[in-house]
Amino acid sequence: MSTPTLTKPDGAERTYPAYSRNPLARALLTREAAVILALVVVFIYSMGNIPFFDGPLTIFNLSKEYAPILLMALPMTLIIITGEIDLSVASTLGASAAVTGVLVVEHDVSVPVAAIIAIVVGSLLGALNGFFIAYVGLPSLAVTIGSLALYRGLAEGLIQAKRISGFPEGWQDWPTERIGDTQYPNILIPTAVLIVAFGVLLHFTRFGRGIFEIGLSDESAHFSGVNVARTKMILFVLSGAVAAFAGVYVALKANSVATDTGTGFELKVIAGVLLGGVSIFGGRGALHGVVAGVLLIAVLNSALQLDGQGSEVIQIIIGLLLVGSVIASNFLPRVRALLPRRKVIDAPPSVTPQTPGAGESSER
Amino acid sequence: MKIHTKRFAAGAALAMVASLGLAACGSDDNGGGGSDSDATTVTFLPKNLGNPYFETSDAGGEKAVKEFGGTYDEVGPDTAGPDAQVTYIDTAAAQGVNALIVSANDPTALCDSLNAAREAGTKVVTFDSDTDPECRDLFINQATAEGIAKVQVEMIAEQIGDEGEVAILSAAANATNQNAWIDMMKAELEASHPNIELVDTVYGDDDDQTSFDKTAALLADHPNLKGIISPTTVGISAAARYLSTSSAKGKVALTGLGTPNQMRDYIEDGTVTEFALWNPEDLGFLSAYAGKALADGDITGKEGDTFTAGDLGEFTVGENGTVLLGDPYRFNKDNIGDFDF
Repeated sequence: MSTPTLTKPDGAERTYPAYSRNPLARALLTREAAVILALVVVFIYSMGNIPFFDGPLTIFNLSKEYAPILLMALPMTLIIITGEIDLSVASTLGASAAVTGVLVVEHDVSVPVAAIIAIVVGSLLGALNGFFIAYVGLPSLAVTIGSLALYRGLAEGLIQAKRISGFPEGWQDWPTERIGDTQYPNILIPTAVLIVAFGVLLHFTRFGRGIFEIGLSDESAHFSGVNVARTKMILFVLSGAVAAFAGVYVALKANSVATDTGTGFELKVIAGVLLGGVSIFGGRGALHGVVAGVLLIAVLNSALQLDGQGSEVIQIIIGLLLVGSVIASNFLPRVRALLPRRKVIDAPPSVTPQTPGAGESSER
Repeated sequence: MKIHTKRFAAGAALAMVASLGLAACGSDDNGGGGSDSDATTVTFLPKNLGNPYFETSDAGGEKAVKEFGGTYDEVGPDTAGPDAQVTYIDTAAAQGVNALIVSANDPTALCDSLNAAREAGTKVVTFDSDTDPECRDLFINQATAEGIAKVQVEMIAEQIGDEGEVAILSAAANATNQNAWIDMMKAELEASHPNIELVDTVYGDDDDQTSFDKTAALLADHPNLKGIISPTTVGISAAARYLSTSSAKGKVALTGLGTPNQMRDYIEDGTVTEFALWNPEDLGFLSAYAGKALADGDITGKEGDTFTAGDLGEFTVGENGTVLLGDPYRFNKDNIGDFDF
């Protein structure tokens, strides 16, 4: 996925001029900072102008609905930085929710045991993706499109056409109970722990450094001592495990599992990651940007719904935002890179006498 | 140049996000209804938008809300699914709407959100499809099994002159509701219509082609057959399609449960005289009034509470917080033009 020509601008950005600025300016002039600023602006604007946005339910609702998206976005960030992608996360979530439901409701397994089994199953599903991508060398887009259908099929096979509901009371309430008197549901505790864990893994370890190097170039990463295949394998296993954890949460939260549980979540996850400044070509991105990206989508969604906008308006706005952010982070640098060359090409015709004729003919 | 690029990208992203944020907030006035005025705010949340059945029911709701001077709003997902409904319930709760009228895509998955909304002061009425009783204040039931069984027996008795052989074309052999209705119809036939003989019950599996073939087989097996009851919308339209082109048209009566859009052609060409279902418009109308009665504190949803729903008259809350719309509604060539679902 990581074509050297496309990642060149990103790599080239880290040149001396960039580092000649002072540290504060460097921290503020990043895409991550732009997303965080946008999040703050939208949030403050909504607090002041959207009716009921400042109510006690907004943050709570937003947290409980977007926690699974945020969770799955963490390993997805690492995977996309290596230049790969995992489209099967929502189906893994569905399969693990189905496993949890069948074990707890139909076989009376306790919730923690069922959750561990579901996470093991999720890890195995991730490992299957990882095997084909890392060791067989197949493109992740093709492999995970296949497993998107395959894992959803597994979920359907497990629960067939019916719905499973009736989780034990205490467990069913826990994920959405509030922490003390705050607006924050309990699920934010494991979410925060995982955000920190993935942040440390990506930005403060050798393993994380290797992830960026793979994204810039598989080969050069290999020759500089990074175990490319093992790194990718680990990332896909992590993705499966976290998606499975999110699946357990979704099953408990809804007290219901169906064949369509979590359908379409993969697109929300990828949208959040890309909006957060991660390059789809790999090699660049940061976890704090992704957290802000997911939250930005969540806050916009919530604000627009409270404002009474229909789902079509919300989808259009979030779609535009996403397309715009991809253009901003990938297209503009290339346009800029082309500009000097254009000037050179444009210059000679402007002094030659043929130019007016050429202009007229193009006008006709 | 490179620094410029980065700064430009960041700036462009920021400017765009800010402008979108502003655009998002441009139309506060058409917001989904708030509790800032005295008007009762009623929000309808059907299983999905763009479904003619729910468009009809919600139009009934809107009529009722206008009648009592409240604020009406309709929200919903594009495709039926509980996950999508949850966000709309959460939003309605945050907006503090007075009454939320829901047709539930899942009996349990919506419970958390519905109960959070109720804690925040929103009254929850379900219609068409119920949730678990502890997650809502009232359920508006479109029809009871007894009512459905009785109306079909009455219609077939009227259409065949209260005597002769009849048969039933059902859905799947193990469909719980179908079998309950069939048992009640048998009891009703024995009790009140001794001259009508039920000669056969066949199963079309709610599949158009199977139902069509089973109708053909019924007519071949029972040459003296005078009527067919099909208590399933798929069955009745397939049977009507067969009858409309066969020599039995006009000789064998057909009735049951159907929707006006599926049956319109067969009513108009005389294949079918009359069939039944409930009236979704009345269902929405009653639901809206029930929501208002709850929001105003006139009723709490306990058994025995009574409230008035405009022209539909007075209703009493029954067991498990259920309100019955009434007897099924009969569709015939005089009124079928009024419905589009």
